[in-house]
Amino acid sequence: MDEYLLIFRHEDGGKVASPEQMQIWIKQTMDWIGGIAAQNKYVGGNGLIFENSKVVGHNGVVTNGPFGDVKETIGGYAIVRAESIEEAVEFAKGSPILQGPGNTMEVRKIAKGDGVH
Amino acid sequence: MQRQELIPHLFRTEFRKITAVLSKLMGIEHIETAEDIASDTFLSAVESWPYQGIPPNPTAWLYSVAKNKARNHIVRNHIFDNKVAPQITQSAEENQGIEIDLSDKNISDSQLQMLFAICHPSIAIEAQIGLALRILCGFGIDEIANAFLSNKETINKRLFRAKEKLRTEKVAIEFPAEAEIQQRLAAVLRTLYLLFNEGYYSETQDTVLRNDLCLEAMRLTYLLIENESTNLPEVKALLSLMCFHASRFEARKNANGEIVLYQDQDESLWNKELIEKGAYYLHEASQGTQLSKYHLEASIAYWHTIKADTPQKWESILQLYNKLLVIEYSPIAALNRTFALSKVYGKTKAIVEAEKLKLVVNPYYFTLLGELYKEIDRAKAKENFQAAYNLAKTVADKHVIWKQIEGL
Repeated sequence: MDEYLLIFRHEDGGKVASPEQMQIWIKQTMDWIGGIAAQNKYVGGNGLIFENSKVVGHNGVVTNGPFGDVKETIGGYAIVRAESIEEAVEFAKGSPILQGPGNTMEVRKIAKGDGVH
Repeated sequence: MQRQELIPHLFRTEFRKITAVLSKLMGIEHIETAEDIASDTFLSAVESWPYQGIPPNPTAWLYSVAKNKARNHIVRNHIFDNKVAPQITQSAEENQGIEIDLSDKNISDSQLQMLFAICHPSIAIEAQIGLALRILCGFGIDEIANAFLSNKETINKRLFRAKEKLRTEKVAIEFPAEAEIQQRLAAVLRTLYLLFNEGYYSETQDTVLRNDLCLEAMRLTYLLIENESTNLPEVKALLSLMCFHASRFEARKNANGEIVLYQDQDESLWNKELIEKGAYYLHEASQGTQLSKYHLEASIAYWHTIKADTPQKWESILQLYNKLLVIEYSPIAALNRTFALSKVYGKTKAIVEAEKLKLVVNPYYFTLLGELYKEIDRAKAKENFQAAYNLAKTVADKHVIWKQIEGL
């Protein structure tokens, strides 16, 4: 069993949701995580705060946010245990993030440090 | 109180106190001697009370006899030690002055310290529960064997090995240092939680015994609450959980000792006082920022004290299970979460989620699937209940499942 990082990619991280939408979104996320945890496949995860984020560039140049012209940003991540990339992809498919048009989930296997990966 | 009731009653309440105080006094390596002295004390009572009458204060009588016996033992041992270990200079005379403190304060302190000693990381968990039952709850070997559905010999061996371990690891009967409490407490709470479950889910037909196990677990938890440095939110959450569960004690088994499922229980049999106590401790537990698995389980148990099915109830239970599973996975929590999910999102969706669990050796997995399929696909329901029946380990479980198959 390997660990996979599921990265939540938002097309527009600056979009403001209504409190009702937020409430629904929180509930859906909890159900999604609970479903993975119920299979004993959830390792951990968290959201990433959009506000006041910085990008440190080459030569130490600091800019506000990762955005500039591109609004796409990472909203959070989850780490899951899975037998294969396909299983990890199945977990990713259940994420409520994907209800937002243009949002994507990136699935990456975490290196084990065992010399193979 | 008649003599035949008095002795068992005193044994249950006083044996453990005497044992704890004497073990504390003499050190963990003499835990068996402490037990022997406590047992001898009761033997003395049985030998003398029928002829001399029951003393006006039987407890005080027991304490004074126990003190004498302990003192004699220490003196005798000391003489022996003096012969083989001449470096010990303290005289037997001085030993006569040994203070054996059987005050309430010292009794509860000793019991609490003993609880920490028994829940030592070097002792296997079943042995911890057995030792707690023997030393802290005064249960007989027969009763422990009965509760574990095991035999006397196995239990004796298990306890013997555990005591050996306490000796070789030189576990001290003392209160852990302030910095260690949190960590050591986690082990204590786990043992108390399992001790309670042992009683709550025990297969033994002995209802009194099952009740007693639960009450003892609650009493020991309460001991922690009474002590300032262990009166912590997660301890209160655990007691709250126990109160809520215990409130359904009368309702969850019928006159024939068969399990009555939650939805079929007679609410009027639920113990209101315990429900109120549970709510009180849950409220108390909520002061602070800590959210332990006991908080979550107590909150789930709280929602179960409200019989009516409201969307809010099941939505809350589902979210609590979601959180609980993230903190600590267990198959039973995964199954219960899926049941809650069926109440919130319907059975069709729950079946999809349930089948992902793949707990194919767990009878409750198939019971859940059977329940979910009931109104959707009777053949599938039957197939699943049948699988559950084949996997069920106890007669009581098989009986409940058989009734489900018949009711299809």
